[in-house]
Amino acid sequence: MRPLPELTPENTAFWTGGERGELTIAFCGDCRKAVHPPQLLCPACQSQAVAPRAVAGTGTVYSFTVNHQPWLPDMKVPFAIAVVDLDDAPGVRVTAPVLTDDPDTVRIGQAMTIAFEASGDVWLPLWKPAEQAA
Amino acid sequence: MSALPRAAITGVGMSDIGRNTGRPAMLHLAEAADRALARAGLTRADIDGIATYPGKADNSPGMSPLGTGEVRGALGLKTRWHSAVPDGPAQMAPIMVAAMAVMTGQARHVLCFRALTESSSQSAGRRASIAGAGKAQIGGWLSWLVPVGAMSASNWAGWIANRYFHEFGMTREHLGMVAVAERQFAQMNPMAVMQKPLTMEDYLAARMISSPLGLFDCDIPIDGAAVVIVSAADAARDCRLPPLSIEAMGSALQSPETWDQRADLTTMGAHDAGADLWARTSLKPADVDVLGLYDGFSIFVPLWLEALGFCGHGEAKDFIAEGNIAPGGRYPVNTGGGQLSGGRLHGFGLLHEVCLQLWGEAGARQVPGASTGVCGMGGGFIAGAMLLNRT
Repeated sequence: MRPLPELTPENTAFWTGGERGELTIAFCGDCRKAVHPPQLLCPACQSQAVAPRAVAGTGTVYSFTVNHQPWLPDMKVPFAIAVVDLDDAPGVRVTAPVLTDDPDTVRIGQAMTIAFEASGDVWLPLWKPAEQAA
Repeated sequence: MSALPRAAITGVGMSDIGRNTGRPAMLHLAEAADRALARAGLTRADIDGIATYPGKADNSPGMSPLGTGEVRGALGLKTRWHSAVPDGPAQMAPIMVAAMAVMTGQARHVLCFRALTESSSQSAGRRASIAGAGKAQIGGWLSWLVPVGAMSASNWAGWIANRYFHEFGMTREHLGMVAVAERQFAQMNPMAVMQKPLTMEDYLAARMISSPLGLFDCDIPIDGAAVVIVSAADAARDCRLPPLSIEAMGSALQSPETWDQRADLTTMGAHDAGADLWARTSLKPADVDVLGLYDGFSIFVPLWLEALGFCGHGEAKDFIAEGNIAPGGRYPVNTGGGQLSGGRLHGFGLLHEVCLQLWGEAGARQVPGASTGVCGMGGGFIAGAMLLNRT
């Protein structure tokens, strides 16, 4: 069993937005900077008006790895993990497993669309290759 | 000349490290301390400071079983200054704060230590090196990795390597050259845990762990301890060996505390610390005779080479292919076998080896006439670098 994230006031929107099918990223209300991981202060302008909002949930693979080692007894391998540049939150990447039958097909530059799976009281993100998303 | 007032390394010691030794961490530590004190020509009564990374921690089995208090107690030390540093410049942090402690008169001789029993913990059925395993919830920077399936640092290093491969045309063969070179050094170091020859064919045939990193791209969990004694410059003159002056330290960290958000993941915190190091000295990379570069995973070695300016960004694959880092090369790296073949003492083993080289005590693998060495510890967002000069 993988540990789940501890929920904090800053990160709860990110980890629970999946209930509505939404990828939720924090933005500064003053300078518009995307702030991820979310925090109470904007690192650029120190505004405290940092608030979450839904983004499109699409992006491009910046990098990835295919994990072959079963780190836990119940871990099914291999699976791909993608580090994805979001289309509409500059500078923010979301790292998540890739939903695919063939992890070896994941490529840098590949378009991805977000999906979620419920686990405990959070919704964990997953990346789906965009051509399969519809 | 350095702008720093002087601090020096006067002794180093390593226990008889091994896999699944079944030996308590404290006995490893005591052995490493005895060896460091003997090398320095000091006794326990001379030690008045103690420092470690990260302090006693139970977040990953065997990762840090000893704190400063119990080591002070076990060794019967009467110390005036103490520090355990889990944040900042990585495994280098205790050496750096010890240097600052002796420069500011808080202590004369500081015993810095790192002890691990990851191998025994793993053999006992508790998976070593997996943060948060067995916990229901995880916080901090790990909460952005572990819950989404990236449980192992090999995953994080894997996506760094894939991006680097993509941008610069590096291949697994280049990382294989790192692994093979370190094994060649290990075969000249009786204390290294891996002594069998390793060929490129062996390397390429090994099972994948997290692409593009295979088994021999990963360092080896061991049980063991290492001690580094940092002394005030005036006190160092009384020691048995020529003091290894700390010429400069680099500890800048300027990217977020994550493994996936740094704007350019073909660089690491190492690049901040590396630039910081050379800004604090008139010496240049060309003055360096021997290198100790963090190799928790093979991909960190080319990144550290670039971070410390031994070659340009994207040039490390050629620098490695030209034989620079291997036995007989111009810039030999991890001459004790590194963590890939020597065993993971979390950076302290690499610094131990650089010091042996600068004292001419490295046996069959001695780099002739080595007098200046550099050590870089840490991967991902943590890093610390140190330049040493035999005086």
